[in-house]
Amino acid sequence: MTAYERLCAARAKGRPTSRKYIDNIFDSFFELHGDRFFADDLAVRGGIAELNGRPVTVVSMEKGEDTKEKIARNFGSPNPEGYRKALRLMKQAEKFHRPVVCFVDTAGAYCGLGAEERGQASAIAANLMEMMGLKTPILSLLIGEGGSGGALALAVADEVWMMENAVYSVISPEGGASILYKDATQVERAAEELRITAQDLYGFGVVERVISEAEGFDEAYRSLRDQLDAELNRRMQMDMQSLLRARYERFRKIGGLME
Amino acid sequence: MLNKSMFIKPRNALEGDGQSSAQPSIPEKLCRACPACKAALFSQDLQENLLVCPQCGHYFRMDVESRLRLLVDEGSFVELYADLTTRDPIAFPNYEKKLSAARKATGRPDGVVCGTGRIGGQAAALFVMDAQFMMGSMGTVVGEKITRTFEMATEQGLPVLGVTVSGGARMQEGIFSLMQMAKTSGAVLRHSQAGNLYIALLTDPTTGGVTASFAMEADIILAEPQALIGFAGPRVIEQTIRAKLPEGFQRAEFLLEKGFVDAIVPRNEQKKTIAHLLKLHERREEA
Repeated sequence: MTAYERLCAARAKGRPTSRKYIDNIFDSFFELHGDRFFADDLAVRGGIAELNGRPVTVVSMEKGEDTKEKIARNFGSPNPEGYRKALRLMKQAEKFHRPVVCFVDTAGAYCGLGAEERGQASAIAANLMEMMGLKTPILSLLIGEGGSGGALALAVADEVWMMENAVYSVISPEGGASILYKDATQVERAAEELRITAQDLYGFGVVERVISEAEGFDEAYRSLRDQLDAELNRRMQMDMQSLLRARYERFRKIGGLME
Repeated sequence: MLNKSMFIKPRNALEGDGQSSAQPSIPEKLCRACPACKAALFSQDLQENLLVCPQCGHYFRMDVESRLRLLVDEGSFVELYADLTTRDPIAFPNYEKKLSAARKATGRPDGVVCGTGRIGGQAAALFVMDAQFMMGSMGTVVGEKITRTFEMATEQGLPVLGVTVSGGARMQEGIFSLMQMAKTSGAVLRHSQAGNLYIALLTDPTTGGVTASFAMEADIILAEPQALIGFAGPRVIEQTIRAKLPEGFQRAEFLLEKGFVDAIVPRNEQKKTIAHLLKLHERREEA
């Protein structure tokens, strides 16, 4: 598959959104709402789930399934209050020593008037810094679109995994084409040249695992359940200093340079 | 005598004005037009007025050398990590060409200058981003140098002053640029957890991945008057909401009103203000 074909698959109508993953991987899920400052951003959905008897904080981006829900959820593009809700839930996880699992699926943080007024940049920056120091394991899975800083704000983690047909990019291929080639129609070329596929990013060492979609999503959920369970068990046994040092080093070495 | 050819025009809104005014001996760079009020200004006068239009108060973009001269005590600046160069991590077509043009224009291998110096006698680590180098965009070199600056400052117990100007993450380095946001944030956190002060001075424009990481993570966030500061650029927002943005949207004054910067500091007060803030955070030995 070309990068563009994978981009189309990541955005395809009917591709499972985060709700499907949560319902199929975890034994229970209780949703928690609101950022306690301004609103409940429906583009971000979070709560407490159980995995093999272990409580886990889940934070996800939800694009919505039908048109009505998509509109209500702003097509999965969070406003600052979405990121602040995510951070609130992650701090809560830290307090109760539960690990955090994030599901990332967004074209990007919302670029609206209100988002700027309420500090989109500040909200994302706070997540990056706080997640880097969060005293509990974090795992992030990119399930569809990973759009720039808006995706990264839920992907500062001990390990980052990607579904086989997910993409993760510094800028949307449309945005990239319009800036890099001054031609917004060259999306295919931008998708190729920006190196956004799971396979590319695995090769770069930016993601640790690529989850196969070849056997269908039911099989992927089963596999994810086992893999998450094992990885969380392992991470929960690490002492806090080693966990945080490893998280820092994970990002520290990306794009490492020498004189 | 003034004639039209004596004026240099900014190439575009982001790349703006240049290092030109430091060299009044070159005749065609003797004069500059103010983009705001169109006044004809002698480069030397403009430089002496800290690159602020004496007629209307418009802030010209400040090059790295002028900024260091403005803020750092004479002779105290020691540059660090100057020779780091990118490995072109995603082998992006034509990136090399773009890089060599930027290197030629700035005389530097990438878009940020880091080091240590004294500000009104107070020791500090510094980084100053360079608008002339691919719009101050952050790729692996900018991310690495800023990370090293924070790590060095953490080790030495130094405060950090960061002067930001950036269009955001550098697209030509793809996902590696995005990862620099997390990397720098981790270094800021460690510096902060060790009890050190970080002051950011946001200048025009500070947008995208730089705003959404270390620019907004400072203990004290200062901004230059009129500076454009935001996550998304104004054009992107206008396309998203299909409407014109109100006057002054995303300007420093707007961010102050909304509660996202601590203070707006004019150029002629920046050094004094920063030195004062550094003094207020001097490590005290108290029982």
